[in-house]
Amino acid sequence: MSDKCHTTYINPYLAGGLLGLVLLASFLIAGRGIGASGAISQSLAHSADFLNISNAYLEEQKYSNSFWSSWIVIEVIGIFIGAFLSAKFAGRIKKETIKGDSISHSSRLRQALIGGLLMGLAARLARGCTSGQALSGGAMLSVGSWAFMLSIFIGAYIAIVFVRKSWS
Amino acid sequence: MNMPLAPYEVISSGLNLFFALIIGIAFGFILERGGLGNAKKLIGQFTLTDLTVFKVMFTAIVTVMIGLFFLSAFGLANLELISNSDTYWIPQILGGLILGVGFAVAGYCPGTTIVGMATGKLDALASFLGLIFGSLVFVAIFDWIEDFYWSTHLKNDHFSQVFAIEFGTSVFIVICIAILGFITAEIIESKSRGSTQK
Repeated sequence: MSDKCHTTYINPYLAGGLLGLVLLASFLIAGRGIGASGAISQSLAHSADFLNISNAYLEEQKYSNSFWSSWIVIEVIGIFIGAFLSAKFAGRIKKETIKGDSISHSSRLRQALIGGLLMGLAARLARGCTSGQALSGGAMLSVGSWAFMLSIFIGAYIAIVFVRKSWS
Repeated sequence: MNMPLAPYEVISSGLNLFFALIIGIAFGFILERGGLGNAKKLIGQFTLTDLTVFKVMFTAIVTVMIGLFFLSAFGLANLELISNSDTYWIPQILGGLILGVGFAVAGYCPGTTIVGMATGKLDALASFLGLIFGSLVFVAIFDWIEDFYWSTHLKNDHFSQVFAIEFGTSVFIVICIAILGFITAEIIESKSRGSTQK
């Protein structure tokens, strides 16, 4: 860990409080929470529509008339812009692969791809991911969201036993 | 004031989309500022060396929960109009377990994948491609798992309904759990720092 950032990360409690205010604003303005993975299924639903493919799940997922009028798609584009701006101001934009010392570049990318695949599948099954289901639903005090959040931590703590080496 | 604004049609759908962009920008900005776009920092939650993920999540949850509780109590916001998916116990628990495994393997969750990707992390880009494939796999197998997907449904899934307690009591309990969690997190982190210094 020799590479130093130009600006250090902010205090996690401050970050959490600010994120909470943004999420609160989302509930009060849009009447819905903040999501991430939902933007992908929305995009797939509109792509399938465009290609004239019919699928029971995607049909049910089509909340908006078009790709550009989908709330979550616009919001996720915002996440990308916001993260880019923050990193830009902090001098943290860098083409790099974050990995442990004991794993090769290509193994790390393969691992990230597999992890992403599992999460993509799981988020659809659970009707949301860490943002849309655990955080937003958790703040709404939905028991399913809390069961989901607890399961994420259990799954990750079991998996880390097997992948710990690749992170050291 | 009639809140939430969009469901009460206080603001147009166009303005609602504009706010979606602003909310997303703020969300992404703060996640990156908090270090949540870096897989090494995120994975610290599971190797018990850096519990930022827990601290950020629970501070955010407590903030929102208290805000909604008081706004609702003062009649400023109608929580009935905030959309939230019903509970489907088994699919959500299984989904959580699989997502947790994916999180530990990829080093990102879906939202932080977007953050990492925006700051040039190639592993986050790989995770993003995985997310798309994973969603496609789900769509492809949906016919086979549809019955399971809709199983173990619970409609009235608010803490106060399930445990038959007051809304305020639920809020109080979650605050207590969060504070205990924060204290535990600080102890774990200081022990971890101590052991690496030796």
